[in-house]
Amino acid sequence: MEKAISRSVGKPPLLEGYRPPKGVADELLRADGTLRPVWRPMIDYLARQSPEEIAAKFARGDQYLRDAGVYYRQYTAEGSSLRAWPMSHVPVIIDQSEWDNLAEGLVQRAELLEQVMADLYGAGEMVRGGLLPAHLVARNPEWLRPLVGVQPRSGNYLHILAFEVGRSPDGSWLVLGDRTQAPSGTGFALENRMASARVFHDLFPDAKVERLAGFFRAFRDRLHSLRPGGEGRVAILTPGQHTDTYFEHAYIARYLGLLLLECEDLKAVNGRLMVRTIEGLEPVSVLWRRLDSRFADPLELDENSYLGTPGMVGTLRNGAVTMLNALGSGVLETRAMMAFLPRICQALRGEALTLPNIATWWCGQPNEQAYVTDNFARMMIGPAMSTKLPFDIDAATALGGRFRSPAQMSVRDWLATNGADLVGQEAVTLSTTPAMIDGRLEPRPMVVRVFAVRTAQGWTVMPGGYARIGRTDDPTALAMQSGGSVADVWVVSPTPVEHHTLTGAGSGPFVRQVPGHLPARAADNLFWLGRYVERVNAAVRTLRAYHVRLETSGDAQMPVQDHLAEMMARQGFELSASVPSQLLDLFGHAITCAGKVRDRFSDDGLHALEELAASAGDMARRVGPGAETARALGALLRGLAGFAGLANDNMFRFSGWRFMTMGRALERGVQMANLLVELTAPDAPPGSLDAAIEIGDSVMTHRRRYSVETNRSTVVDLLALDPENPSSVIFQVGLLLEQQSAVRHTREATQLSPAARRILRLHTALATAAAETVTTADLAAFRFDLMQISDLLTDQYLS
Amino acid sequence: MSTLYDITLTIQYLYDSPAGSSRTLLRMMPRTLPHQRVITGLVAVDPDPSYRQDGKDFFGNHTVELAHDTPLSELSFRFSGRVESARPPAGLDLSTVLAELSRDVEEIADIGPDTPHHFCARSERVRDVPEIAAYARALTRPDMSSFDAAQTLSTALHAEFDFDPTATDVTTDPAVAFRNRRGVCQDISHVMIAGLRSIGVPAGYVSGFLRTVPPKGQPRLEGADAMHAWVRAWCGHETGWVEFDPTNAMLAGSDHVVVAYGRDYADVAPVKGSLRSAGPHETRHFVDVVPVDPA
Repeated sequence: MEKAISRSVGKPPLLEGYRPPKGVADELLRADGTLRPVWRPMIDYLARQSPEEIAAKFARGDQYLRDAGVYYRQYTAEGSSLRAWPMSHVPVIIDQSEWDNLAEGLVQRAELLEQVMADLYGAGEMVRGGLLPAHLVARNPEWLRPLVGVQPRSGNYLHILAFEVGRSPDGSWLVLGDRTQAPSGTGFALENRMASARVFHDLFPDAKVERLAGFFRAFRDRLHSLRPGGEGRVAILTPGQHTDTYFEHAYIARYLGLLLLECEDLKAVNGRLMVRTIEGLEPVSVLWRRLDSRFADPLELDENSYLGTPGMVGTLRNGAVTMLNALGSGVLETRAMMAFLPRICQALRGEALTLPNIATWWCGQPNEQAYVTDNFARMMIGPAMSTKLPFDIDAATALGGRFRSPAQMSVRDWLATNGADLVGQEAVTLSTTPAMIDGRLEPRPMVVRVFAVRTAQGWTVMPGGYARIGRTDDPTALAMQSGGSVADVWVVSPTPVEHHTLTGAGSGPFVRQVPGHLPARAADNLFWLGRYVERVNAAVRTLRAYHVRLETSGDAQMPVQDHLAEMMARQGFELSASVPSQLLDLFGHAITCAGKVRDRFSDDGLHALEELAASAGDMARRVGPGAETARALGALLRGLAGFAGLANDNMFRFSGWRFMTMGRALERGVQMANLLVELTAPDAPPGSLDAAIEIGDSVMTHRRRYSVETNRSTVVDLLALDPENPSSVIFQVGLLLEQQSAVRHTREATQLSPAARRILRLHTALATAAAETVTTADLAAFRFDLMQISDLLTDQYLS
Repeated sequence: MSTLYDITLTIQYLYDSPAGSSRTLLRMMPRTLPHQRVITGLVAVDPDPSYRQDGKDFFGNHTVELAHDTPLSELSFRFSGRVESARPPAGLDLSTVLAELSRDVEEIADIGPDTPHHFCARSERVRDVPEIAAYARALTRPDMSSFDAAQTLSTALHAEFDFDPTATDVTTDPAVAFRNRRGVCQDISHVMIAGLRSIGVPAGYVSGFLRTVPPKGQPRLEGADAMHAWVRAWCGHETGWVEFDPTNAMLAGSDHVVVAYGRDYADVAPVKGSLRSAGPHETRHFVDVVPVDPA
């Protein structure tokens, strides 16, 4: 028997004052104050470390999450912002035999939910048999009529579920909510694990913690096996980068080697669902949906949805696609459903729910309404049709008989008037778990999110998950949206665990990528990312030339300065500020493009861009015109060069990289041709040619190559026609030629596409031109050709 | 007495600049009902679609899903067919009184498409409008029969509204139409549905046709030159669904041919589409409902 903490030798100072509130279960300590054996190694380990060592270890986990770019989009009244993943470093540790019991209960629940779903979208026997009031189905916004009677091709409606579970004061587990619509969090659970394995790098490997990789592998195999004949793509369907969990969608797509698609990538064609790729339309067979059902198809579902794919429901009706979970599965999340599940389980399965859910009363029935009214002091009362978790308490909820915001009427009157719209749920007290606060462990309330997927072996529960930890003792602070934190969950086995590939540092996808073509939207974003970055580059170079001249000329403005200013103005830059706001906008566009292809663009690349944008913004606020700005712009240029190097040296040569490279080459060509049009024109003011050479980054080359002062021919030769000069127009067109033939369509084997033909023609024109005879009109024609090439590439690949 | 009608409905879209690929859902084919039989019926599309799938929606309405892959400057949909309509005249009012109607609804343990449950709460186009609710409450009493209440509301709205096709379009909010007391059959029907639901009467939207030329000696009805809309109200176990035409202050009779049932216009729109077009477009409707001489 464990000794009570207070009597154990050398009670660790970090446990001083660890006192769970009375009447509450605690993960770390038993009711008698003794330590649970499963926590012993962790507590001993922490006790051996100095506060500095612990801080250093925790910092290691935070660093990992930052480097991995794990973020969460937080929505507030003022708008949305990205925030770092709020990790609570001490994991929740649960004994395996206890976990197995929990998992068994959840598997029963998953099977029940499948039966409920099949009935709601099929025979409707539950309502007919009096197990569920018609009101809760027919008035439920998540019950989607167009899906009634649509049989899922795989034979199952549900494939992935999450459960929010908590521990009651008596130590038993309780389901607080079912996440059936499009459960999020598997990716976060994985990232949490990566981070906690780093924090506890010298404890974790031998701590007999059940690994997560097997769960993901089984699910991935299952996804692929759902394709009849192994045909068609498997993809994750995301609402896009503005959703709160987009990071996770991109992360899981990368990790499992799945395509990441948005509805606009998809098209219903002849009853099948196709993805637009750079090689044309390709069939999609399995979609792991992360988008709420009603947005999926504006033709049959929410007609105002701008996210959806028209005709998607038709393809499901045709049995052409497997959707995980089936459209309409959000209906199972309805709070009021909880009130009826125990009875439904008994009726449909002939057995009781082994794992109870939070006690719930639908106030549309007289007895239940009376009960809730009589007991409202220990209830959470809120909208019956809400799909929010019980602890997501908003203005429309009364807790313990009080509203969050000033109320129009008493809770009693509210129940009497709007009974059918309301549920009462028991205000349960949750268990506490240790969180490290100011160097000491303190008890904080927690709930655990557990995931289950349907695999070849039936429902499989992830051995782990993540726990949400309350910021304070207030159980309502649990909602992450209001600033709680998140801890890993360790399921500890009595025997050594099987090691999968997931352990250790730097583990990436454990499966080979499924070959397939790049979605057109991803290619388009990478192409424009390349264009925006080079547009920034050109603007910064011109701006720097302008400010350098401002510094030397002082108040006596030289004509070439005005000329540069006019040239910038023609491109939409206002030089009233030392850093034009339009430049910051360009950074924003580039980051938006990169953000839309998080599954294909490196985290380092995105961070580099964000840092550059931040320093440009900083510069705009702090730096005065002239020398100071010129210097700061120089630093920015070096940063941009670093970004280019990163893209060139570190990115795999997949077709996405080729589109980014084409975008860069095209924009550099356009910018250079433009520069030459402006600065080599016969009426350009004195000093323009030198400015062109300087902006074109070719001062040294010019000196070495021509050993004369700049004249129009040397400048045109070097910046337009010299294939050895990486700044020249012909160099960019050469790059386009090379990259375009690398991604060239198979159908083009014998015949060039319009884009390819145009690139080749331009290249030949540049290669055969002589500098002396190239007019300003010719230069303008080169610029025009490049813009046309951009349109042709867009037509061919990107739309 | 039954009447035979030859019906044609043509809906044409004309685009200034050719419109790209499109996907369309049609609900143009009349329903087969106890009092109505479709003898022949065909929905034709010009130009030919690249994909077509006929089916039924949740409420049992006939649907046609279409795709066009080539840019179009003109697109037309046409229903033509022969329909027999034979509505029995209304009998004694055995409908449930308003105060007890909700109990009748609750007693129906079924979520089939014809059950009143779907028609009680607010829907896509018919939200809760307090002014309409107050108006409906002022006109009715809890001890009124639900049939009487619906008829009262229908008659009152008919008197209240100016039929005015220029005042509203297909997207007009019922609250706005009610405030202005102007609109077409769609607006008046939406307002009546909002009113009925607010006093506890399950109510839905009916799209359909009206006989174009009235029988000798009878006035021409409003709404005969386009698709028409009216209201169905559920009046209790005994009476079930009754169809009211508030635009003409009458019960739907044999001159009313039902195309689709739904909660509101969003469920029954004859053409629902997602055409990607840059420029403006023009829509034309032609309806002809001609009684066939029983020769």
